[in-house]
Amino acid sequence: MSKRRVRAIFRKELREYRRNGFIVLTMAVIPLIFLIQPLVVVFALPASAAAGLSNEHLLLYMLGIPAIVPASVAAYAVVGERQQSTLEPVLTTPIRREEFLLGKALAALVPSVAIAYAVYALFLACVELFAAPAVASTLIRGPDLLAQLLFTPLLAGWSIWVGIAISARSSDFRVAQQLGTLVSLPSAVVAALIAFNVIHATLGLALGLAAALLLLDGLGWRIMSATFDRERLITGTRS
Amino acid sequence: MSSDRWSAPERGSPALSVHRLGKRFSDRVAFQDVSFEIGYGEVFGFLGPNGAGKTTTVRTLGTLIAPTSGSATVAGIPLTPENGVEIRRRISIMPESPGLFLRLSVTENLECFADLYEAPDATDRIGGALRAVNLADRAHDTCGTLSKGLRQRVALARALLSDPEVLFLDEPTTGLDPVAARDVHELIDELRQRGVTIFLTTHRLEEAERLCDRVAILNTTLRTIGRPDELREQLFAKTLTVRTLAPLPEPGGVFAGLPAVDGWRQDGPATYVLAVSESAVAAPAVTRALVAAGADVLSISESYHSLEDVYLELIDQDNEASRR
Repeated sequence: MSKRRVRAIFRKELREYRRNGFIVLTMAVIPLIFLIQPLVVVFALPASAAAGLSNEHLLLYMLGIPAIVPASVAAYAVVGERQQSTLEPVLTTPIRREEFLLGKALAALVPSVAIAYAVYALFLACVELFAAPAVASTLIRGPDLLAQLLFTPLLAGWSIWVGIAISARSSDFRVAQQLGTLVSLPSAVVAALIAFNVIHATLGLALGLAAALLLLDGLGWRIMSATFDRERLITGTRS
Repeated sequence: MSSDRWSAPERGSPALSVHRLGKRFSDRVAFQDVSFEIGYGEVFGFLGPNGAGKTTTVRTLGTLIAPTSGSATVAGIPLTPENGVEIRRRISIMPESPGLFLRLSVTENLECFADLYEAPDATDRIGGALRAVNLADRAHDTCGTLSKGLRQRVALARALLSDPEVLFLDEPTTGLDPVAARDVHELIDELRQRGVTIFLTTHRLEEAERLCDRVAILNTTLRTIGRPDELREQLFAKTLTVRTLAPLPEPGGVFAGLPAVDGWRQDGPATYVLAVSESAVAAPAVTRALVAAGADVLSISESYHSLEDVYLELIDQDNEASRR
């Protein structure tokens, strides 16, 4: 595998994000909307409610963000290039399928993780500044912060591979985007169920989920590389 | 398979060797039974109507599409799925649509592709490619702001970055105005002088006639292949057209028995078309015979059939055959 070719795709994508501010802006809008409801709830909580929160992991609700944020960028990755007629010139170069896909995935991962961390940091700052101190100290806990740091790239990675898989099989960007968002929802739902203690969060569960996501991310890359069909992407027919 | 296995092609070996190659999409034949060879440094024209299979042939030889029959060697390497990366290292394809990243500058587009080809001395290569297409002064322009002709030039610069052994140009002048098309023709001429092997698909026949050493005409199957002048000779009888001031009283008596004149017909009140086997022998004899007959000769001209005539004749034959 050539790092230079992976870097070429990665750098090209980041340059396009930079030139088209709307891409990153639209990625950030949904998480900011995501932020409103929990902030309103947390700000309204009296200090006396802190004791009742000790068994909940409300911050983990934020893990829905890395699951949803990359969906649109990943959905664009292949079908968007195809619609712009920029895919064929790239595929005529010596680039291998796995290099192309890795470059695309990394380019989607970096802004997604950055946005997720930034929104999370904003949430923490708001809680620390405006929530009742007892509520803030109950909500902001080391293990939850660690879980957020660890699971953000893993969830984003999974969401990206699913999005790219949809993108590589779609003929229309809009369909790919809608499907990508839909498919990323189950991860967000699982995060919400853990946050609201419907699924009981334990260290074992966290490690198990992290291992499963790591495996899925690796498998996603392998499976996508194996099924990436230049001929179908260029001609619209299966080889 | 290791890429080290493939060394530089042997001297005298063809740049492209295609044997009974074909591609079928389920029940639709894109092209079939196509065979030809192209030497290094040759400019080879691939002509055909829309839907004839030209682009599919280029994509197949460029390893984007797998053939369903036949075999080929591209830049000395057998066309197989496992050789795809190595073949793509040695060739370059300029698709019909330039496919530039429109938000990036010309240089940024080329940087991306220099990295994809792992070109050594990328900066020098980019500078050289831009100078080759006369775009050095537009290097920092955003591609989206360029005209269609300039975008084609950027795409050509991109195709030159890897210093390819074989350069595929798929309809490089489609949609260009005459001035932009002329610029592309001049660039192809320059590439030919540099010894680059060029596989040019086009349906602009004057373009092929002007630029190509040999041409092939494809209409799903390969209809003919050869130098443009050879094809004209193969397909059309040589004729001389004679125009006189007044109709000849006895044209049969004038033209009969002249050396290298095989027959004649009247093509207007004072115009005669003579089928000849050798123009250089027939023309002086015809002139002498006309003068001896007291005719006032306005002109004697050798008829010229363009590549377009050859092309239309072959495609008409195909259309007629399909109607039968």
